[in-house]
Amino acid sequence: MPTCEIFTIDSNVKIANNVFEIKLSGNTEGISAPGQFVNVQLDGFYLRRPISICDYKKGSLTLIYKTIGGGTEHMSEMKEGEKLDLLLSLGNGYDTGKGGGSPLVIGGGVGVPPMYALTKELVEKGKHPSVILGFNSAADAFYVEEFKALVGADRVILCTADGSAGEKGLVIDFLDRFDFDYTYSCGAPLMLRAVYNAVSTDGQYSFEERMACGFGACMGCSCKTKYKYKRICKDGPILERDEIIW
Amino acid sequence: MSVNMSVNLSGIEMPNPIIPASGTFGFGREFSEFYDLNILGSISVKGTTREARFGNPTPRIAECTSGMINSVGLQNPGIEEVAETEFPNAAKLFSRPLIANIGGFSKEEYVYCCERADKCPEVGIIEVNVSCPNVHGGGIAFGTSAEAAAEITQAVKRVTTRPVYIKLSPNVTDIASIAKACEEAGADGISMINTLLGMRIDIKTGKPVIANKMGGFSGPAIFPVALRMVYQVYEAVSIPIMGMGGVSSAEDVIEMMMAGAAAVQVGAANLRDPYACKRIIEQLPPLMEKLGIDSLADIVGKAHS
Repeated sequence: MPTCEIFTIDSNVKIANNVFEIKLSGNTEGISAPGQFVNVQLDGFYLRRPISICDYKKGSLTLIYKTIGGGTEHMSEMKEGEKLDLLLSLGNGYDTGKGGGSPLVIGGGVGVPPMYALTKELVEKGKHPSVILGFNSAADAFYVEEFKALVGADRVILCTADGSAGEKGLVIDFLDRFDFDYTYSCGAPLMLRAVYNAVSTDGQYSFEERMACGFGACMGCSCKTKYKYKRICKDGPILERDEIIW
Repeated sequence: MSVNMSVNLSGIEMPNPIIPASGTFGFGREFSEFYDLNILGSISVKGTTREARFGNPTPRIAECTSGMINSVGLQNPGIEEVAETEFPNAAKLFSRPLIANIGGFSKEEYVYCCERADKCPEVGIIEVNVSCPNVHGGGIAFGTSAEAAAEITQAVKRVTTRPVYIKLSPNVTDIASIAKACEEAGADGISMINTLLGMRIDIKTGKPVIANKMGGFSGPAIFPVALRMVYQVYEAVSIPIMGMGGVSSAEDVIEMMMAGAAAVQVGAANLRDPYACKRIIEQLPPLMEKLGIDSLADIVGKAHS
């Protein structure tokens, strides 16, 4: 059940090029799965901003967001102690009950944040995830050490398109480094499609679409799947491999 | 002192005049997770066409100052599914009569859908949308001509005994003459206004934000336009008006009713704040007391006296 909650900002810091990590205190009881998102109301902007949940525990929440326009720029200027009106928790989230014991987690750019809570939950469930993180350049990269702390440095590959950090290449160039039986992906549509085409295992893919409400009412973010029309905000943002139409 | 918020719309008693507008409330299910829908006056459910429709390509949503633009394009499961499943499901969440919202691409389609909706016991009022800006060759084509709007009105009135409200487009030069034509053709009321045609361009790419290029502009920014049009139509017709367009507060509701609305629909505000209608309903009694209004029904059209 989604609810509106007022959160207090504990910190709001830049962690990469145009990328900020905001830590918040408030009621997180509604969050039921990694991969869900919150819809943030910002003064002076009519629609809320959907932002994926990076990490959560009872009473606290971490979001990582990129400044891409006036709304997120305004958010990046907010200070410790200020309040944020959040609608949460939205979307279906990842189902970590599926797949075998060795999933591969693939995150690209601002698709990386939800993979942190996901990887954490996979580890807690006794699975042995491997992680590939892709960024454009060293200046865009974030959370690499945090992922290494979760699964071990040998199970995380960092790659950048220009080779300025980690290995040079795209996430799909490194799929053969790990043995995996399932994939979880979040990133730009081109990356998702490239992963989809490159792997043969089942998996879950997180999609993005412009939306108004975020809770399934406006039909702004509809997409076609093999079985039925779905709302990215409510029935997604995670779609199963076998239902995706590109 | 307790104030009286009740209104009567073409024989349908409502505890208050607040009605979520079609297309912003689905069939109520999502909002029932936030509050008990029975506090509402009624619900104008998602617009329905004869066949199921996916609607327009995405992106369908853009933001603007004090408002938004949508180009959903009447996505709906089709009248049969709505009549068989959605109305009965909505009735489990809301115990009073619903407002069915009917869209179409031809006179025959409007007639077919209204005839089907007429057979549904959950429906109190039929709202005929002749003003959707997001589908080509239909909807708005009927709402921008007095003759065509009257023709649709006359045709659907023949197949239903339910009160018929015609939902009008603001994208016209003389909305009052179109409303008048609908009244003369037998309409029981007017719903107004639908969205204004609007557009945004992404200055980084130089391309329209919305896939369909243009869409329906709604939100607080359009409130003065809606209010002005309700005021004009109130002068031209004697049938009741459901006023809408950017209503976001109890103050807006009072203003809309003083302009001539017998009931007030709330649209885009629901998408920004899922509690919008609940908040407005709760804010009305203290505001009425402050303004010395005993009964909301008494202030309808007050600005004209």
